[in-house]
Amino acid sequence: MADNAKILGPEAQFKAYLAEGRFMIQRSRSTGRHVFYPRVAVPGSGETDLEWVPASGEGTVYSITVNRTREGSYNIALVDLAEGPRLMSRIEGAETAPIGTRVKARIASIEGEPALVFDVASQA
Amino acid sequence: MTETLRGQAAIVGIATAGAGQAPGRMSIELLGEAAIAALRDAGIPLGEVDGVFAATGVHGLPALSVAEYLGLSPRYIEGTNIGGSSFENHLLQAAAALQAGLCEVALIAYGSNQRTAGGRLVSLSEPQWHETPYRPRHPITGYAMAAARYMYQYGATREDLAAVAVAARKWANRNPEAFARGPLSIEDVLKSRMVSDPLTVADCCLVTDGGAACVLVRADRARDLRRKPIYLLGAGVAASHRSIAQMRDLTVTAAVESGERAFAMAGVGRKDVDLLMLYDAFTINTILFLEDLGYCPKGEGGRFVASGAIDPGGALNVNTNGGGLSCVHPGMYGLFLIVEAVTQLRGQAGERQVEAETALCHGNGGTLASQATAILGTQETL
Repeated sequence: MADNAKILGPEAQFKAYLAEGRFMIQRSRSTGRHVFYPRVAVPGSGETDLEWVPASGEGTVYSITVNRTREGSYNIALVDLAEGPRLMSRIEGAETAPIGTRVKARIASIEGEPALVFDVASQA
Repeated sequence: MTETLRGQAAIVGIATAGAGQAPGRMSIELLGEAAIAALRDAGIPLGEVDGVFAATGVHGLPALSVAEYLGLSPRYIEGTNIGGSSFENHLLQAAAALQAGLCEVALIAYGSNQRTAGGRLVSLSEPQWHETPYRPRHPITGYAMAAARYMYQYGATREDLAAVAVAARKWANRNPEAFARGPLSIEDVLKSRMVSDPLTVADCCLVTDGGAACVLVRADRARDLRRKPIYLLGAGVAASHRSIAQMRDLTVTAAVESGERAFAMAGVGRKDVDLLMLYDAFTINTILFLEDLGYCPKGEGGRFVASGAIDPGGALNVNTNGGGLSCVHPGMYGLFLIVEAVTQLRGQAGERQVEAETALCHGNGGTLASQATAILGTQETL
């Protein structure tokens, strides 16, 4: 019981890492497969040997839209992480970005909560 | 095993209520009106309904609300909500329940007053914590992303998407019950207000009110009722994700699987189907479903619709009521696909009547998340 009280579930643990300024992602020890969003087991195969590893933060825009409202416009993007999983986020510093654009994760504050956003990666 | 369901149940009553605008009428009232009208159409007393199938955008326990409102004591209760495709799923569940003797008269019903209640899509959908910071606008964000990805991968254009809306409007202009009628050109669609790139307001379904219902019984009883029975030949369901970020390939839907299952059960080929009712919540849907159900190769759908193939008189009869884009779309549209298919198969479609013995209804739910396909046919197809 005492131990149980100390264990954060995957969602809370992910958010706790973000609050520390760390973008961490789950990886299955046996299969090497990365998982996002954070879960209690690998989807589809069920391995529970998930450990937290630092994410590279590198990604590619898989798709993107600009939501246009009277109050203004903002983009919503799907980003494929270098590790494999896809997540929803936004591309900052531009109205939109072409599909295929290489992007880099950053932890920003959205409505007072830490959240992942992406910037267009500098052309090296 | 599943082929044993083929032709075992039939739709014997259909109705809609308040489709378009129904000011002053509640969702459950529209549902109730449609249910009563569908039972009268079938010639079956309300009290004989012992299977209730319902999903709405406003009821957490829809089957209970419907049973109570109509004063029913069902022995088979099905309230599964997988979005707009729920009703094609209900057809499959109803056929199975009838076949198993778990009920004798199955009622599938829906109602929504979302147009007059606020004019926006209403949803009970739970927010996804990993999406909410980015303020996606459901459901259009997901469909816009699918359209953008499809255009990127296959070179489709906004004109191709617009061709879907224009074809739907041409059909609607033959349907006096369609909500949006009048001329609509490719240019009109392109110039409409952009809502979520690349989709304009004319690429989006209507927001209407409306109730709909259908009644099923086993085939042996169906033959003795007043309406020409329309048999369920086959049906299949599939789901691929909940959040659009979890959809593996935004250009390929689980309609591939639901379609295969339905065709296998029905024992018919693609070319045997005379009418395709495809859930067109957005213009991209029709293109994806034509491909995923096997009516044109992946990536060719845009050019296919732009060629006039789904216009009235084109190669395929698609969405002859005018679709969710121009006829009716009260939040969840799946039951209206069934009503139009049955109307056509009965030969009651008036100016828009096509020659049809077999029809396919393809429902879609969530953000391309659930797919349910049902193939219907007349006595001649058994």
